[in-house]
Amino acid sequence: MTVTATPPSSGVTGKISNYLDERTSISGAVKEFGRKIFPDHWSFLLGEVALYSFVIILLSGSFLTFFFQASMASVQYDGSYVPLKGVEMSVAMSSTLDISFDLRGGLLLRQIHHWAALLFISAIGLHMLRVFFTGAFRKPRELNWSIGFVLFVLAMAEGFTGYSLPDDLLSGNGLRIIDGMIVGLPVVGTWISFLLFGGEFPGSDIIGRLYTLHILLLPLVVLAFIVLHLMFVIIHKHTQYPGPGRTEQNVVGYPVLPVYAAKAGGFFFLVFGVVVLIAATVTINPIWAYGPYDPSPVSAGTQPDWYIGFADGALRLMPPHLETYWFGYTWSWNIIIPVLLLLVFLAVVFAYPFFEAWVTGDKREHHVLDRPRNAPVRTAIGAAGVTFYAVLWAGAASDIIATHFKVTMEGVINTLQIMLILGPIFAFMIAKRVCLALQKKDREIVLHGFETGRIVRLPGGEFTEVHQQLDDYDRWQLVSFNDNAPIMVRPNARGKITGATRRRAAWSRFFFEDRIAPVTQTEYKQELEHSHH
Amino acid sequence: MAKIVKGSEKSDLVATSGERLTGKELGTAVVTADAFPNPGLPPHRQRVTDTNPRRLARAARIVAWLFYLSIAGSIFTIFAYMFFPIEGGDTTSIRLSTLYIGLGSAFALLAIGIAAVHWGKAVMADKEGVDERHPVRGTDETRARAVEIFKEADEESGFSRRTLIRNGMIGAFIAFPLPAIALFRGLAPMDEDPNNLMKHTFWKKGLRLTHDPTGVPIKASDLTIGSSVHVIPEGLLDLPEAQMLDQKAKAAVLVVRLKPEDLHWTSEQRKSWSYDGIVAYSKICTHVGCPVALYEQQTHHLLCPCHQSQFDISNECAVIFGPAARPLPQLPIAVDADGYLVALSDFDQPVGPSFWEREK
Ligand code: FES
Repeated sequence: MTVTATPPSSGVTGKISNYLDERTSISGAVKEFGRKIFPDHWSFLLGEVALYSFVIILLSGSFLTFFFQASMASVQYDGSYVPLKGVEMSVAMSSTLDISFDLRGGLLLRQIHHWAALLFISAIGLHMLRVFFTGAFRKPRELNWSIGFVLFVLAMAEGFTGYSLPDDLLSGNGLRIIDGMIVGLPVVGTWISFLLFGGEFPGSDIIGRLYTLHILLLPLVVLAFIVLHLMFVIIHKHTQYPGPGRTEQNVVGYPVLPVYAAKAGGFFFLVFGVVVLIAATVTINPIWAYGPYDPSPVSAGTQPDWYIGFADGALRLMPPHLETYWFGYTWSWNIIIPVLLLLVFLAVVFAYPFFEAWVTGDKREHHVLDRPRNAPVRTAIGAAGVTFYAVLWAGAASDIIATHFKVTMEGVINTLQIMLILGPIFAFMIAKRVCLALQKKDREIVLHGFETGRIVRLPGGEFTEVHQQLDDYDRWQLVSFNDNAPIMVRPNARGKITGATRRRAAWSRFFFEDRIAPVTQTEYKQELEHSHH
Repeated sequence: MAKIVKGSEKSDLVATSGERLTGKELGTAVVTADAFPNPGLPPHRQRVTDTNPRRLARAARIVAWLFYLSIAGSIFTIFAYMFFPIEGGDTTSIRLSTLYIGLGSAFALLAIGIAAVHWGKAVMADKEGVDERHPVRGTDETRARAVEIFKEADEESGFSRRTLIRNGMIGAFIAFPLPAIALFRGLAPMDEDPNNLMKHTFWKKGLRLTHDPTGVPIKASDLTIGSSVHVIPEGLLDLPEAQMLDQKAKAAVLVVRLKPEDLHWTSEQRKSWSYDGIVAYSKICTHVGCPVALYEQQTHHLLCPCHQSQFDISNECAVIFGPAARPLPQLPIAVDADGYLVALSDFDQPVGPSFWEREK
């Protein structure tokens, strides 16, 4: 839509614009947002990928709803796929087969929908990592982190409900596992399962119920949260990476109209194009090969969609015999522990920004991002979290690892159990060391310049490599980071030292005890003088 | 707070010097007056298309061409839709239809994408801009007015003054969603108790063991040593489909024949549930309920494909590995007058995953 500020008379565009503006006052929005500046960086695209794949999911999903029938009533399959002809199955399964085999473009749309869903969750995950490692969650964006976190959880819920709909062997098995987990929960488990499935597993209600969640309730909430999320991006203006000329008080980049719109709009089509390309060439979820759900057949080596892997892995890594009978009731620790583990993990992810804000006590707004090395402990915590997740995820593939590398299942599981505890600790230590080393190297380069590769012979006969000092702009990249130091325990106004203060001081030591400070001007001058003598 | 920044005491880390600015806002942050000043935006660097008009013209041409190619791609897709029909059951035709419709539209989309991005990067004016940021918080004035508004509203409504009204309202707000929760009870049948249902299966005394999925009864003499069969109860298949699955989800059984001396029993009673080396165990994993049916003949182990729990058939299906906590329940069996395997009773305990009231 073109909206110009021309007076009402000139041309069609002008007339339309005038018509609209007189009824919507849209010129104000254009004035406000049309030239808004957006900073540019490849890592900012991750969030865009998530947004665009959601649009693709909505489009392809709407198409699918025209043909899919979420009913568990049983029919004899009578479609084109010969191997399943005459087989008893649910209407859900048979309509999914019809979409795949009797509707032109149906299989393509199914695969677009599924691939876009996988991309959606992956992009959200990577976007969260970007936000975490650059400290973009700091004030004023803590709440937007929470909103994004909710979106991540909702996306997984969307993925799982969608995965279950075709009522094929694998998705039925997935539901079986969920049901098994639910009934294992103390006190309420049995009843939650009973209500969810409308009776005993599998019953004949669950697909219809999941369908309502999948196409109505969840998308609505996702959409609402996306709107909130983006609204905050506008209110806060986008963060920017550190660089010369960039400050906490400005934002450097390109205007929405035209450059950003062209790039971002074009990028939507790129994402869409890539998803369609993959969907056209790579089969995903071939339900016809699995057959309809039946509680009895087995399928070895089958995997859930990737984002469920960490939960599945948590189940697998529990040691045997974790169950007790207390007070006449069954406590299924082999369910309770992994569920708690996942909840605590998610809670930590959710709460981290608030925790870091409490530790630093930093009340300023932060719009310039941290380079990950310049926040060593945060980066190390992130690395530990990623490792924890990765081990759980590997746990979900334990059987595949075992058969693929010809090792014993027991060996793989036991190794992963140990790694689940030690891995994050090692990852923490290594990441922290690496960050500090990189920071030291940065200091080194600022103080002594970089190696030019030019070797000269000094009058004394010795050879040295010529070092060249950085220019002002390059130096700024290396000296302009947030520096923190541990706080000291001090009595408050009433002369008391509270427990909270003590804890905060301890945490601030944990975060900032090992610390490389940015080079100051004085240091730099001293070093220059020093090297001239 | 200390004026001088002290670095860490650790020797491999560097200490700084200089003044530390202090402020309530800063927390742990260290800001020194001695920090380098921001050098400002670096000089603008021109692109090739800014300096070389021929390159600019070429880039513009490419952008335009890509848009036209995209149109071609879309038209191709429509033709592909028309001329690659899917013929009943022929998988090649489905593959081709999917491929050509997909490739055509992927091409059309990618061409638009590349064109737009290239347009933005190479052709549109390369003018970096700088916006000012303002603190997110409202100005003091705005905030004061907001407080005032609430005060006025409070005064005019009497919200804090009229506690009776206020508390009544809060109570009503808490109470009104409760019926909705009650309504959800209807999600599951009213006249059934899940605990009861979960404790019983379709098996009962005298039901023959039949092949899954054919329903053909099994003769003990047909089972050779080392063989295993998937079993469902006689009559299960006569149930309406929906009930059939519910029942099968609990009643599925695996029957294995071992040499009688390979079976180790904890009690005579358990032993009496088997017949000449033939044993029947629930196939529903005691972990979270997948069908456990990978049978390893050599080791007499049953493996669950979901989370790799392993059960030892020679020891009453005890858990030997994996997250499962309990052995698979055993179905007591015998042989009837005609030599067919029959159940002696239902399982002596609930099958499948543990649940809260399991022991009740
Ligand atoms: S369901 Fe069998 S091991 Fe989990």
